[in-house]
Amino acid sequence: MGMTMTQKILAKHAGLENVVEGQLIRAKLDMVLGNDITSPVAINEFNKNGFSSVFDKSKISLVMDHFTPNKDIKAAIQCQQCRGFAEKYDIDNFYDVGNVGIEHALLPEKGLVIPGDCVIGADSHTCTYGALGAFSTGVGSTDMAAGMATGETWFKVPSAIKFNLTGKLNKWVSGKDVILHIIGMIGVDGALYQSMEFTGEGLKNLTMDDRLCMANMAIEAGAKNGIFEVDEVTENYVKGRTDRKFEVFKADEDAHYNRVIDIDLSTVKSTVSFPHLPENTKTIDEAEALKIKIDQVVIGSCTNGRYSDLEAAAKVVKGKKVAKGVRAIVIPATQQIYLDALKNGLLETFVEAGMVVSAPTCGPCLGGHMGILAPHERAVSTTNRNFVGRMGDTTSEVYLASPAIAAASALTGYISNVKED
Amino acid sequence: MKAHGTVHKYGDNVDTDVIIPARYLNTSDHKELASHCMEDIDKDFVKNVKEGDIIVANMNFGCGSSREHAPIAIKASGIGCVIASTFARIFYRNSINIGLPILECDEAAKDIDNGNEVEIDFDTGIITNVTKNKTYQAQPFPDFIKEIINKGGLLNSLKK
Repeated sequence: MGMTMTQKILAKHAGLENVVEGQLIRAKLDMVLGNDITSPVAINEFNKNGFSSVFDKSKISLVMDHFTPNKDIKAAIQCQQCRGFAEKYDIDNFYDVGNVGIEHALLPEKGLVIPGDCVIGADSHTCTYGALGAFSTGVGSTDMAAGMATGETWFKVPSAIKFNLTGKLNKWVSGKDVILHIIGMIGVDGALYQSMEFTGEGLKNLTMDDRLCMANMAIEAGAKNGIFEVDEVTENYVKGRTDRKFEVFKADEDAHYNRVIDIDLSTVKSTVSFPHLPENTKTIDEAEALKIKIDQVVIGSCTNGRYSDLEAAAKVVKGKKVAKGVRAIVIPATQQIYLDALKNGLLETFVEAGMVVSAPTCGPCLGGHMGILAPHERAVSTTNRNFVGRMGDTTSEVYLASPAIAAASALTGYISNVKED
Repeated sequence: MKAHGTVHKYGDNVDTDVIIPARYLNTSDHKELASHCMEDIDKDFVKNVKEGDIIVANMNFGCGSSREHAPIAIKASGIGCVIASTFARIFYRNSINIGLPILECDEAAKDIDNGNEVEIDFDTGIITNVTKNKTYQAQPFPDFIKEIINKGGLLNSLKK
C-alpha cells in the first residue's frame, strides 16, 4: 500500500523502504527543541541519567520564550539553568532575551526547519513546522532529553486524515478561521493520534503565515502532526534561509486515509471559539449577535504573532481608538517581526490606537504574565487555547479568533466583525 | 505489577492546564508540582488524595500543553494509575516515559464512579471494581512499552 507524506518522512528517517500505520519505529532527528519551561525538566533528566554529551550541537534549539523577560525569580532561575546547559554543551541555537522570539515563529524564520525534516520539540505546538512540509510533533521533557543525547526517538507510525482544499479565502478571513472551522467540525479529539495532511488546488491561495497558523493548531484537534504539501510558496519561503538541500515528500496516489474532508476556502467565514474548548466554534455573525462584552484583547503568540497578523490588525485599527475599558496587547512573535513592524509604521498605529506593544513572549497565552485575567473577565485572543484558567482566573473566559476579529473587537468593546469604512 | 486504591473521577477533555496550571511551571520540583495537582478542576484533590489512589476519566485525558509537569504532578501526588477512555498522545508518551502507569479502557472509564475501590493487574490488563464487584479488560501494555516501564522509564531503557 502507498504511504502518506508523514509516513514517507518517517520511513526515510527510520532507514526503511516502507512503514505502515501502527508500526513502532526509531527515527533520526533533524532538530530537538525545548523552551524555558520544558528544558529545565529535560536537563534534570539528562544530568540525572549521566549523559555527558549531546548528539549534535547544531541540531538542538533552546528558546527562552515562555516566562521571559523573566517574570519572577523562579522563572529567572529556570532560564539560568538553560543558559548554563547551552554554554556547557556549546549549543548553536540558544535564544535568549535580545534575539529570542516565540519558538514556533523563530525556527522557521531562521531556516532551522526545512521540508522533509523530522523534528521533536518539548512543546505541543511543535506541530507548526508541518507548514513547511516537515514531520514535526510535540513531546515531553524526557523525550527531549533522550533526543538531545541520542539524536533519535521512537514513534508509532500514524494513520491520517486528508484535507482537500479548494478555492480562495474571502477578505478578512485567514488561516486561523480555516483551522478553527476544522476543529469545530471534527472536535478536539477528531484527529487523535493521526496526521492532518493538507493538499489540493486551494493550497496555492494560502500564504506561509496561514499555513504555519493552521499546522500550529493541529494539536488542538488531537493530531500527532499537521503537514502541508510542499509547493512554490514553501520553496520561496525557505529560499535564502538555509543552505541545506531538502527533499520533497508527496503522498502516494494509493495512500490510505481514514477520512477525506473537502474544504472550499471561499465558504469559510471568520470564526470564533467560545470557552472552554477550541471546538466550541461560532461564525462571527453568530458571535457578534450575542453582544459579548470584553475586557482584553491579545494579538500575538506562536499561532498569530507573525508579520501578516500584525499587518491585518493594524489595517483594522489605523486611525481609530480602542474602546474604553478594553486593554489591547500586541506581541510581535520575533525580533525580526518587531523590527519590520517598527520600520513600516505598524507599531505607531497600535500605540496611537491605544494598544500596548510587548517584547516577544508567550506570556499571556498560557497565563504566564503580560496580561493575566481577573475573575469573570473576558478576552478575545489570537492564541490557541481557551481552557479553564488558561489566561488567568478559572472564572475568566478566552474567545479565540483571528487578528482582524481581535482588532475589530478591541475597537467596539464586544466580539465584532471588521467594519469597512 | 499491581495498583489498588480509591478512584477520583473526572469527565472528558481534562487538559494539562487544569492538571497543573502554568502559573506553577516556574519550578520543576516534583513535590511542589504535586501540591497544586488538579487545582483548577478539583480544588480538594490535594487534600483528599492518598498514596495508591487511581484517577479515572473519559475521553482525551491530558490534552493540550505537552508539559511533563502534568504526569509528574499526578505521580508525585501518589496516584498509582490513570484509566481513561482515550488519552491525548503527548500525555500518554510522557506518562510511560516517567513511569506513571496508564490504561485505556472505555468500559471501565464509563462504569467506575467517584469513590469506588479499584484494583488493577498490569500484566493481564484486568481492572477489578471491588465496590461494584465487576471486572473490565484493558489492553495490557505492548512489549515495547513494557520494556520501557520495566527498565524504569525511557532514559534508563536507553542505557547500554
